[in-house]
Amino acid sequence: MRGNLPTEGTDMEPITVFSSQTVLLPRADVDTDQIIPARFLTTTSREGLGDALFADWRYDGDGASNAKFILNQPESKGAQVLVAGRNFGCGSSREHAPWALADYGFRAVISTEIADIFRSNSLKNGLLPIVVSAAFHEQLLAEPCVVEVSLETRTVRLVDGPHADASETFEIDDFSRYCLMRGTDQLGFLLDRVDAISAFEAQRDDTAPA
Amino acid sequence: MAKTLFEKVWASHVVTPETAETPTVLYIDLHLIHEVTSPQAFTVLRERGLPVRRVDRTLATMDHSTPTTPVRKLADIDVVGPSAAAQIRQMQKNCAEFGIPLRDFDSDERGIVHIIGPELGATQPGKTIVCGDSHTSTHGAFGALAFGIGTTEVGHVLATQCLLQRRPKTMAVEVSGALPEGVTAKDLILAIIGRTGVDGGTGHVIEYRGDAVRALDMAGRMTVCNMSIEAGARAGMIAPDDTTFEYLAGRKLAPQGAAFDAAVTGWRELATDSGAAFDTTVHIDAGALSPMVTFGTNPGMVVGINAPLPEAPSDGSWDRALEYMQLEAGKPIAGTPVDVVFVGSCTNARLPDLEATARVLEGRRVAQGVRMLVVPGSQAVKAEAEARGLHRIFEAAGAEWRESGCSMCLGMNGDTVAAGKLAVSTSNRNFEGRQGVGARTVLASPATAAASAVAGRIADARQLAH
Ligand code: SF4
Repeated sequence: MRGNLPTEGTDMEPITVFSSQTVLLPRADVDTDQIIPARFLTTTSREGLGDALFADWRYDGDGASNAKFILNQPESKGAQVLVAGRNFGCGSSREHAPWALADYGFRAVISTEIADIFRSNSLKNGLLPIVVSAAFHEQLLAEPCVVEVSLETRTVRLVDGPHADASETFEIDDFSRYCLMRGTDQLGFLLDRVDAISAFEAQRDDTAPA
Repeated sequence: MAKTLFEKVWASHVVTPETAETPTVLYIDLHLIHEVTSPQAFTVLRERGLPVRRVDRTLATMDHSTPTTPVRKLADIDVVGPSAAAQIRQMQKNCAEFGIPLRDFDSDERGIVHIIGPELGATQPGKTIVCGDSHTSTHGAFGALAFGIGTTEVGHVLATQCLLQRRPKTMAVEVSGALPEGVTAKDLILAIIGRTGVDGGTGHVIEYRGDAVRALDMAGRMTVCNMSIEAGARAGMIAPDDTTFEYLAGRKLAPQGAAFDAAVTGWRELATDSGAAFDTTVHIDAGALSPMVTFGTNPGMVVGINAPLPEAPSDGSWDRALEYMQLEAGKPIAGTPVDVVFVGSCTNARLPDLEATARVLEGRRVAQGVRMLVVPGSQAVKAEAEARGLHRIFEAAGAEWRESGCSMCLGMNGDTVAAGKLAVSTSNRNFEGRQGVGARTVLASPATAAASAVAGRIADARQLAH
């Protein structure tokens, strides 16, 4: 299968196996306007968006840090795994949302349900979206703990805390997994198929619209 | 085998089919781009030395961060602030450099990307259409497969005119009966989302079916398909029929003359075959609906305008939303004081939406202390509305009449709602802070929005005194 798959690298950090503290954000339906509000979307770059992550929750009106918000609490420092409530990432297609999460330092988001476009965008930015069962989610939400995420075995395992050693496998399609494990982007795969694309264009009535 | 509309459109765009290891390569007929979600994709093209594969299949405009005050010279765009203005200039530069025609400030064809695609006739049945924008689902009203993508994928389409996709599941929303007088397409889609919840459509493409859907005009169908993403579905579709073909006939980018007739023959074949199966089906009785409004901070928290808010679930999941909205479970929402009314957005800023607004406002005034903004969806809608004199009705009522753009739908261009203020809005998202930090949004139809502006409180247009 390797010959058919992309080889061109990007600056995306590969994901294989890593362990990290979790940050818990249990509320459901966190939309991409909360992950990064629209006023930060006037950027023309994808760099540095971590500062805008959850801006309206993280900072209060005059820009000072809101000590009550989970990301501002000392135990969240350096955490790479966000355990979120159901339907995380719903709303707008802005890729700025996974850019902001990844730039902040997150490498995985775990929930019982992750919105389609956010999920697709995350997979292209070294941010692993993991969907788990409600029962396992509950164990993850019991308290912040260390988890081990393995893309090799497609498992999440709690390393410490009241449910230490509980684990669950998750689904991810082979192609996305392949790309994430190598830090490879998907454009190369498409570019390798230019002949098939040209043939497709040639065999249909190819009148242009715009 | 009997096939659904979605399956037919999907199948005719597969360049290489999916395997266990690799996704489908799906051909894209029409790529809409705007200034907010494209700059980083152009950067990738530059870095890799790639051209845009099909500039003729790329339709570009600027809508999100543009001012809704007149732009007579380029310096006028600076009212939106330095970074938004820089983004607009970057879009002009990217299009010029890559040879993409841009519907720029001097174009009569500029407008919200999901309004101009159909208006120009670029949106057609059976096409695959994408845009770095989740409301691309709007174009599904024509029987196109249209969905939002991220910026990385915008780069994929610019470079290859294709996307890597896994086939989604299908959901039928069957709407039987007829909408009662005074109940609109917006009320219907809000009721549907209230039923499915904001994640009911996740992983699915919705097809809206049934008599009440067939009875909608194209504007109403677009309003319905527009909010498919608010039910979690990436795309919503409606089978094309005579209403669709009549709308498209003679539009600039639609096929003309004999080619149009030939296209119609093909388009008639797209409708879901009888006996085709959907993965999920939802039934809605149109006759039982009333005007709907949202009361929470997602579009699934919906209530009939004259009904009391439902009792909150005991798990506390509504607490935060109700506190943010300053509303109480069990109490009616009608009568809640309103600060701002926004008629606009890709959901409800087409000519029939403005006509519905004008019918309510004619001979009336916006209540003291309420700010009302009417923002047409495109420069063409603006011109048509003015030709009919609608702007005079808005202005006489005390509403502001603006240039086209996304405006207060997401507040990127400085048109925002202040913290704590309540806005009745014809847009599609009532998320916390969507219309401005701390802004409280109630989603509604144009008629409800206009009636609320007149009453100064959330009001049912059917009950306004004559
Ligand atoms: S009007 Fe609103 S929802 Fe529509 S494209 Fe613009 S910002 Fe998005």
